[in-house]
Amino acid sequence: MFQSLQDKLNGAFRTLKGKDRITDINVAATTKEVRRALVDADVNFKIAKDITDRIRETAMDRKILISVEPGQMFVKIVQEELTRLMGSNSESISIKGDPAVILIAGLQGSGKTTFSGKLAAMLKKQGKQVMLAACDIYRPAAIDQLKVLGEQIGVEVYAEPENKNAVAIAQQAIAYARQNGKKIVIVDTAGRLAVDEAMMQEVEDIKKALNPSEILFVVDSMTGQDAVNTAKTFNERLNFDGVVLTKLDGDSRGGAALSIRQVVEKPIKFISTGEKMEALDLFHPDRMASRILGMGDVISLVERA
Amino acid sequence: EKSKESIFGRLSRVVIGKTTVDEEVLDELEEILISSDVGVETTVKIIDRIEKRVARDKYTSTGELDRMLREEVAALLTENRSVSISNSFETEQLPKPYVIMVVGVNGVGKTTTIGKLAHQFHQHGKKVVLGAADTFRAAAVDQLKLWGKRVDVPVIEHGMNTDPSAVAFDAVKKGVEIGADVIIIDTAGRLHTKVNLMNELTKIKRVVQKFLPEAPHEVLLVLDGSTGQNAVIQAREFTKATEVTSLAITKLDGTAKGGVVIGISDEFKIPVKYIGVGEGMNDLQVFNREQFVDSLFKK
Ligand SMILES: Nc1nc2c(ncn2[C@@H]2O[C@H](COP(=O)(O)OP(=O)(O)OP(=O)(O)O)[C@@H](O)[C@H]2O)c(=O)[nH]1
Ligand SMILES: Nc1nc2c(ncn2[C@@H]2O[C@H](COP(=O)(O)OP(=O)(O)OP(=O)(O)O)[C@@H](O)[C@H]2O)c(=O)[nH]1
Ligand SMILES: [Mg+2]
Ligand SMILES: [Mg+2]
Repeated sequence: MFQSLQDKLNGAFRTLKGKDRITDINVAATTKEVRRALVDADVNFKIAKDITDRIRETAMDRKILISVEPGQMFVKIVQEELTRLMGSNSESISIKGDPAVILIAGLQGSGKTTFSGKLAAMLKKQGKQVMLAACDIYRPAAIDQLKVLGEQIGVEVYAEPENKNAVAIAQQAIAYARQNGKKIVIVDTAGRLAVDEAMMQEVEDIKKALNPSEILFVVDSMTGQDAVNTAKTFNERLNFDGVVLTKLDGDSRGGAALSIRQVVEKPIKFISTGEKMEALDLFHPDRMASRILGMGDVISLVERA
Repeated sequence: EKSKESIFGRLSRVVIGKTTVDEEVLDELEEILISSDVGVETTVKIIDRIEKRVARDKYTSTGELDRMLREEVAALLTENRSVSISNSFETEQLPKPYVIMVVGVNGVGKTTTIGKLAHQFHQHGKKVVLGAADTFRAAAVDQLKLWGKRVDVPVIEHGMNTDPSAVAFDAVKKGVEIGADVIIIDTAGRLHTKVNLMNELTKIKRVVQKFLPEAPHEVLLVLDGSTGQNAVIQAREFTKATEVTSLAITKLDGTAKGGVVIGISDEFKIPVKYIGVGEGMNDLQVFNREQFVDSLFKK
């Protein structure tokens, strides 16, 4: 049976219960459990190790200040640390240039096309002249998919179904936008694996050709240990500006968010929480920390203490 | 560089000159398994088994430890009972028509896997029919139709935003009429937390059974190979809704190892039948336990 993170931590805190100080030994036992709990939430193994080592030191440093139960204190320290590590919330995106270009990239099936539509809808709502560019020339019906979404939200989609050169399509899209008074172009690209050299080169070429003011890396919140490898490579190739975390309407712990943040040091800017065009939210590090820990209740308990 | 070394290379280093599996070896093993998404619970299980085994029949060389490790991991993977059939995509021993319903969360690779499966069956001279029962996601029907065209297999569809059960029913009915050997039903991606959508799957199944009581003969759950521990919950919930009978793991052409499937196969006793290794129609392989375990331990 999958043991929930909460259970695991509760188990770990039993080591501390009743003790009035956080000692070396009980912190060691607990950090090990916390590490395993983080890993179960899909935080990268090495990163979980680093974080718990650091938390352990923090816990030791704070032993004098302990006014609540050590177990609760410990949870609070962990939650605070995770929140801090995930950065501040609601980073805005940069919209510069004529037109401003926002490039969307990521693995296959992560939710790029859906997010492109959502972002376009959001910008349109803000009164911006926005356009979508269909630069996925590989996936069957990728263009149709974006067109359907464009129609739903009332945003024009630039596409060249016969053209087999994604860079050329992207460039034409920009020219078209300029001629037609569109101020922002969101460029949807094909899904690609970080190890696919030809495809990584393509997206790098699109970047070079368009000089986007914002590049967003879209990642599925259910991703496991491999998230760090992928994020690292995409970042090396594109030096992206922010991360979009998708499918958070499910029950994934989303530990990949923490791993990616640690590895590339780029903010998570949006979270995607459904298939509908409205399901887009800003990222809140504290909520994400609680989600990874699976213990929002315990946190609020400590807050009240 | 440490990360470039094979697991056995790394393990060999820590076990040299030792006759027991000590803390250092176990830590190394834990890291390797966890980094492949095997998960804490299954990793602990594997390590326990290794420890017991070593206590019983002491290993004398690192080679022997390698072998034990491979065996213990492979033992957790449920044997694919119909391996000879799926190996060759021959359907002689299967009921005709053989109905496969494909399910899974959003974007894992269901439609693509269906295209590849259709291609394999078609290549083996089988008559295949596809049912476009994802009537929800933008251009989902178009996507399946393009696959049908690509691999030269007919697609039964009612267009977008129609009743998926009706499409599935119709696909099976038409399949029977034209004497199809294999009928594969595509369904919309859905997160297992959405009760209504999970009930819809149960309904699709029930409606198909009105026409062909023993259908679907196979419920194939597609899992994304890069998914972490959430895949365990996916397997549990989809099994509850549709009695999943087999698994496919996709996107193994990347750097993700898909280790989560070990715990899933062990817990639910569902065999992994296929793996996806690319986006092309030939990028489907029949799952091979030994090869999978090998790839886990390769960097
Ligand atoms: N539940 C849920 N589903 C989502 C979310 N975002 C995207 N999806 C679904 O995930 C699937 C894949 O989304 P796409 O937008 O097609 O993903 P993509 O990255 O463009 O895929 P490729 O172009 O094939 O690489 C679709 O079924 C979407 O409806 C989300 O936040 N929640
Ligand atoms: N690299 C790689 N990509 C794959 C594989 N299988 C599927 N894909 C890609 O993953 C993306 C999603 O695949 P789909 O078949 O549309 O997934 P789906 O589960 O039908 O998605 P929804 O219907 O939206 O839930 C597409 O870009 C596929 O080309 C695979 O084995 N390897
Ligand atoms: Mg797309
Ligand atoms: Mg599909």
